[in-house]
Amino acid sequence: MECVFGLVGKGFALVVSDTSAVHSILVHKSDEDKIMKLDDYKLMGASGEAGDRVQFTEYIQKNVALYQYRNGIPLTTAAAANFTRGELATALRKNPYTVNILLAGYDKETGPSLYYIDYIASLHKVDKAAFGYGSYFSLAMMDRHYHRDMTLEEAVELVDKCIIEIRSRLVVAPPNFVIKIVDEGGARELHRRYSIGDAPLAAE
Amino acid sequence: MSRRYDSRTTIFSPEGRLYQVEYAMEAIGNAGSAIGILSKDGVVLVGEKKVTSKLLQTSTSTEKMYKIDDHVACAVAGIMSDANILINTARVQAQRYTYAYQEPMPVEQLVQSLCDTKQGYTQFGGLRPFGVSFLFAGWDKNYGFQLYMSDPSGNYGGWKAAAIGANNQAAQSMLKQDYKDDITREEAVQLALKVLSKTMDSTSLTSEKLELAEVFSVDGKVKYQVYSPEALNKLLVKSGLTQPAPEAS
Repeated sequence: MECVFGLVGKGFALVVSDTSAVHSILVHKSDEDKIMKLDDYKLMGASGEAGDRVQFTEYIQKNVALYQYRNGIPLTTAAAANFTRGELATALRKNPYTVNILLAGYDKETGPSLYYIDYIASLHKVDKAAFGYGSYFSLAMMDRHYHRDMTLEEAVELVDKCIIEIRSRLVVAPPNFVIKIVDEGGARELHRRYSIGDAPLAAE
Repeated sequence: MSRRYDSRTTIFSPEGRLYQVEYAMEAIGNAGSAIGILSKDGVVLVGEKKVTSKLLQTSTSTEKMYKIDDHVACAVAGIMSDANILINTARVQAQRYTYAYQEPMPVEQLVQSLCDTKQGYTQFGGLRPFGVSFLFAGWDKNYGFQLYMSDPSGNYGGWKAAAIGANNQAAQSMLKQDYKDDITREEAVQLALKVLSKTMDSTSLTSEKLELAEVFSVDGKVKYQVYSPEALNKLLVKSGLTQPAPEAS
């Protein structure tokens, strides 16, 4: 089942997500990217109902882009997080989106930051966070090993520890993960941790 | 001939002019003037009070200066009843922005949103344009201290020093002559008072005819401050623009 988590290190923030597209007991796809690049310096990891997830993150992405076109300056990560929370809160009493969001960003003034936003529109600025069944293991792992000002090597090592724990302890563990980073160089993909590829074709 | 095109705000004359908009600007030319000067460490706004009477009792101390948000203030020239509407929308816009983003609204965005409203009345029919010019003084984290001027057509621009209202052209050219790029806030206050004293009709400046406000920062926080009449009098005496009041005996 879904595993999205993230953490803030020294000068960067990481967002990690499984890449399984699951419906009922079936895995339809194991290379689905659930971490959207909002703009050059923002990552939005999302979990929840697949349709809602895509719809909502795209909506936020386009609004962040529109802001930048209109005003010539980008939204700060804090502003984007509050905007996202506002949209979820408005939708909550009408036709709620069932999406949980980890928003990671890098700003010149404030450095890297991570925001936890859940589907009932609560917002928290955090150092580490996780959603989904994987959170039972990744949160515990991060509580034990996380410290402030982690280097990228330490952080990736911790992420790998989390992934191993999820794979070995969670019944419904997803096989593949993607790790993305945002730092002063921008937002980008860092690694993929795949344990299975595509199923082989019968004819071959 | 041109009368045919006067009555509609939204119709071009054959020469390509919008008469109602031009008339609105004309109306502002008769209003009390206001001057804004941008300095390194803040923005200064001065205004000429036209309505002065011993019988007048106003609820607010200022007539031309309005605080829009913690980081933005404006000075007005023109029809005050029109201005009140626009000031209200500006305040609403600023609060809506903070509500959405939990951050103060960038100054230019605020000016732009207000000018969009003004522009609307030059294009959509049946209504007259707002007879108001504004000077906006503000601070934001992207561009620091800023000064903007806007007119009834919805045009706006960023300025180092600007004047609106009566005699604005004379004031503008004086500012052009005396403005220095590294001007301090104190010098800016002096310059603004000097220019206003020369462009105002009345011979001597007094605190009753004047308003002075500043946007500046203390300990990293933006502050808007209006000078009290007492402080203003002191300042005028200091700069030699008025005689010290005779001591009451």
